[in-house]
Amino acid sequence: MVQELTITVNGEERMVPVEPNETLLEVLRDRLGITSPKCGCDRGDCGACTVLLDGRSVRSCLVLAVEAAGHEVTTLEGLNRDGLTPLQQAFLDRNAFQCGFCAPGIILTVTDLLERNPNPSREDVQEALTGNLCRCTGYAPIIDAVLETIGGER
Amino acid sequence: MITAGFEYHRPTSLDEALMLMERYGEGARPLAGGTDLVVRLKDGRDEPGAVVDLKGIKELERLEASDDALLIGALVTFTDIIESELVREKLPLLWEAATNVASMGVRNRATLVGNICSAVPSLDSGPALLVHEADVLVRGPDGHRRIPITEWFTGPKRTALGAGELVTGVAVPLPRDAHAGCYVRAGRYAGEDLAQVGAAALALEGDRYRVAFCAVGPVATRARDIEAVLNGRPLDTDIIEEAVTLVPDEIAPITDIRASKEYRAHMAGVLLTRALRTAASRLAGDGPGYGERVV
Repeated sequence: MVQELTITVNGEERMVPVEPNETLLEVLRDRLGITSPKCGCDRGDCGACTVLLDGRSVRSCLVLAVEAAGHEVTTLEGLNRDGLTPLQQAFLDRNAFQCGFCAPGIILTVTDLLERNPNPSREDVQEALTGNLCRCTGYAPIIDAVLETIGGER
Repeated sequence: MITAGFEYHRPTSLDEALMLMERYGEGARPLAGGTDLVVRLKDGRDEPGAVVDLKGIKELERLEASDDALLIGALVTFTDIIESELVREKLPLLWEAATNVASMGVRNRATLVGNICSAVPSLDSGPALLVHEADVLVRGPDGHRRIPITEWFTGPKRTALGAGELVTGVAVPLPRDAHAGCYVRAGRYAGEDLAQVGAAALALEGDRYRVAFCAVGPVATRARDIEAVLNGRPLDTDIIEEAVTLVPDEIAPITDIRASKEYRAHMAGVLLTRALRTAASRLAGDGPGYGERVV
């Protein structure tokens, strides 16, 4: 049974017909053409599909699109509309990604972390990123980039 | 991808939700955070006729303390618990257990009530709720029920919830006496993984102890024979060693992808020791902070 879904995506109200069994990730990518969230494991373990839902990082592969009705979704496309964020610039400067598949999810997860805890320790950053898998870099440059944006390790 | 179709309902009151549960009967699935349900739908292990999303029911968002208990509504997420000063102050053991659940992106969505309804043997919330002697609050066609958490888990992924019933929340009694706890778990690596073994200890003023385990049997369980050995005596190395000898009688671990049963049995003793020592030192005021690593 198709339902007309109204959601705010990156600040714009969007209306899109969806089936109840479609995930938010599928609707973002396949119906709205927003492709920064990636489908990795499709079961909430890898974090590649991370988006912000009302400002909180969630696994968009585990959210039914209909659940997001009336809520606000932010993807990487919405985060950097006015140019790269300091976090993205630090990623770039430190070569903190190679293939880039995990990067949108990691940047959104860290955005959520810094919103709650503007001054995290290295361990806080590691803990926040346990649900975001990267198979290229070994995490060290990613965590260094995060710590750089908050003015270095405390 | 979810291949099977289903109806989606988002009731705005508990009565409406119960009507939907009754209308769809065996085919109805309540939805809160969805971090377990959506995975089951994708795997095709579950093909419900209707998903009843509880997130429109405001009263299930409650997280509040009365004189003698903390009430955690069915929509309260693990992030809500971690960010709650109330939980941190009144039930720090439960707070510590919540910090161990999955990853931040999952905790932002997953609920404590969903965790106990999924009832996997490794659930991190289980041991803390067991030692705090929580009650599960249930509403159904026949009205309210309170189910003690010790009677809640009836098997792996099985609970005492009846047909057409919904869990509205969990009531956790606030200990009247001074208390301190510790939840500690073993995993294959630090970070997001299901527990290989989890142990909780609650130390109450006057040398009284409560102990519970998860991931070492079909359900999370209290270890009452161990408690009987501990109670009434100041904790020392001999008593802990005696308690550890009883661990094999209290647990029934299996071998799976995460650990062998022998490893689990051994680690249950190690973690019991750490949890007891940490809880006792926290009660004495000189222990590590909650959330700090003790293994």
